[in-house]
Amino acid sequence: MTKEEIFTGVQEIFRDIFDEDDIVIENKTTSDDIEDWDSLNHINLVSAIEKEFKIKFALGELMSLKDVGGMIDLIVEKLK
Amino acid sequence: MLNNLEYPLDNTIILRKKKSIKKELLLKDNFLEKNIAILGGSTTSEIKNILELFLLNNGIKPNFYESEYNKYHEDALFGNDELDKFKPDIIYIHTTSINITKYPDINDTEEEVNKVISNEIEKYKSIWNSLSKYNCVIVQNNFDYTMDRSLGNLDCYDIHGKTYFINLLNQQFAINARKLKNLYINDINYLSSYLGLKNWFDKSLWHQAKYALSMDSIPELCFNVSKIINSIFGKTKKCLVLDLDNTCWGGIIGDDGLDGIHIGTETAIAESYTSFQKYVKELKDRGITLSVCSKNDFKNAKEGFSHPDSILKLEDFTSFKANWDPKHQNIQDIAKEVNIGIDSLVFIDDNPVERDIVFSQVPSVSVPNVGDDVIHFIDHIDKNGYFEPITLSVDDINRNKYYEDNKKREVQQATFKSYDDFLFSLNMTADIKTFSSVYLDRITQLANKTNQFNLTTKRYTAGEIENIKASDNYIKIYGKLTDKYGDNGLIAITIGRLENSVCHIDLWLMSCRVLKRDMEFAMLDELVQESKKRGITEIVGYYYKSAKNNMVSSLYEKFGFTKSKTNDEDTIWKLEITHYEKKNKFIRINND
Repeated sequence: MTKEEIFTGVQEIFRDIFDEDDIVIENKTTSDDIEDWDSLNHINLVSAIEKEFKIKFALGELMSLKDVGGMIDLIVEKLK
Repeated sequence: MLNNLEYPLDNTIILRKKKSIKKELLLKDNFLEKNIAILGGSTTSEIKNILELFLLNNGIKPNFYESEYNKYHEDALFGNDELDKFKPDIIYIHTTSINITKYPDINDTEEEVNKVISNEIEKYKSIWNSLSKYNCVIVQNNFDYTMDRSLGNLDCYDIHGKTYFINLLNQQFAINARKLKNLYINDINYLSSYLGLKNWFDKSLWHQAKYALSMDSIPELCFNVSKIINSIFGKTKKCLVLDLDNTCWGGIIGDDGLDGIHIGTETAIAESYTSFQKYVKELKDRGITLSVCSKNDFKNAKEGFSHPDSILKLEDFTSFKANWDPKHQNIQDIAKEVNIGIDSLVFIDDNPVERDIVFSQVPSVSVPNVGDDVIHFIDHIDKNGYFEPITLSVDDINRNKYYEDNKKREVQQATFKSYDDFLFSLNMTADIKTFSSVYLDRITQLANKTNQFNLTTKRYTAGEIENIKASDNYIKIYGKLTDKYGDNGLIAITIGRLENSVCHIDLWLMSCRVLKRDMEFAMLDELVQESKKRGITEIVGYYYKSAKNNMVSSLYEKFGFTKSKTNDEDTIWKLEITHYEKKNKFIRINND
């Protein structure tokens, strides 16, 4: 899976969870940029990502994620 | 009905698309609005969101109160203003084994272990007791097993084991739920076993977000809770409609003949149809009405049930449609014949084309996508909770007998010169009396599920009914009717609210089982008599139009009331009772 494909998949998840079809995410997008991105929705995002890419994040990894770019890098790493 | 909120659930879609699913559900109207308080012993945010979808899907629009994280105990015991103001109709206590305060210590004596158990039970009893002030329904989780059991298999039978401990707690919960009228158990012990404990709990999610179950289990949990709530508000189904060939037995009776169909224990296929019939028979035995809707010659169709290995017999079916008419027409006839709303039917057919035509022509019938393998049929009925009961009343179990008795009455009716002669011959006796404790369950049940002969469709919780029973501000009478064919049970309720010298009829309903028997006149006579005793001079009746109660739109007119007000299709009626003359001619009354 290419990084672009991962990026598109993650964007789809954002659009579903926040129910906004025009959300465009970038590497530097953080929870400050999306109004509903609170800690509870963060959990929902992470669960959806784990399922979509069939990966599991370790406990510490999630807390250290600062932006979408970090998230994508971690997925790429896990899929290797 | 949205397919993705029915068995088998697609949890991924539900969790990801919950917001757009909700939007779609909100396009419907005619919601029953209810206040639901969730008191959680762990995070409940996503539980609230998903539960909302399942309730909306069944026509219930919830307003939620959510206790702060793990404040269920405080909220319940000490109350808070917000919860008081919220006036919950339902309180859902989402506690799980992670909320167990203390397990027995490995050195505890048997006596000490018993003490630990009773401490834990007392905690919940005090919660239920304290919440009883809200007079609402309490839905309480029992306990799931813990993921880890350091005692291994011994854990389930040594008195220090966690599994052993949880089994005892669950048993105590069951005993209490049988005693407390308003307490219903959400059986997560079963649910977690069904899903598999390792799928049920997610250690990582627990440590990160304090969810006491995995994300994928949340829709399953909410589905389960929604089944209880649906049942409380009378949204369960009443009649199972079955196709015959390759549904009740393997093969085609018209082609293969009685000897050729698969039923019994001879082959695996025959056994699987027998299992299905056994399940259906269990439903019938507890009061679910059965009907047949099959494209077949009537004679052949009937013959199938004369097979010596057939569990179901011809007399198990209240309505039997075997002909070559389109099934959606037959299904509508079945609803009429059984005298229930078309949305009370569930239709099982192995043929996707038949399912499709019924679903598209009469969308309010539940048509689960059962596929064509009988192995899966039971799951679709069972796991969708169509027939979820909240109690088993004698009345439910006898319901099918009432219908059978009714058939005999119909045969009789045809032989009389006039309808009056027929009514006279029925030799009817009614008990019309003030609410008493033994009947409160049945009264609550009837108030919440009667749709057609119901003037206001006002719903009541068990607590409200109890308060009305205890209050002098109400005339509250029930009616039971017996005739020469049998006992119809408790079938009529009237609640009149007294204000000065006026009696306002808040609730007037009757079971359709006793339509056209003049029971409504007997009830009116009694209401007037009770009103006069209390110095009432006027009775006011209300008709609130619903999707289903058209049959009583002119009841008060028939009673001789005068229309005093019209709002759209709702009407208000008045009756001056000083010169009232009794209307019932055919029913003997016991009212002492």
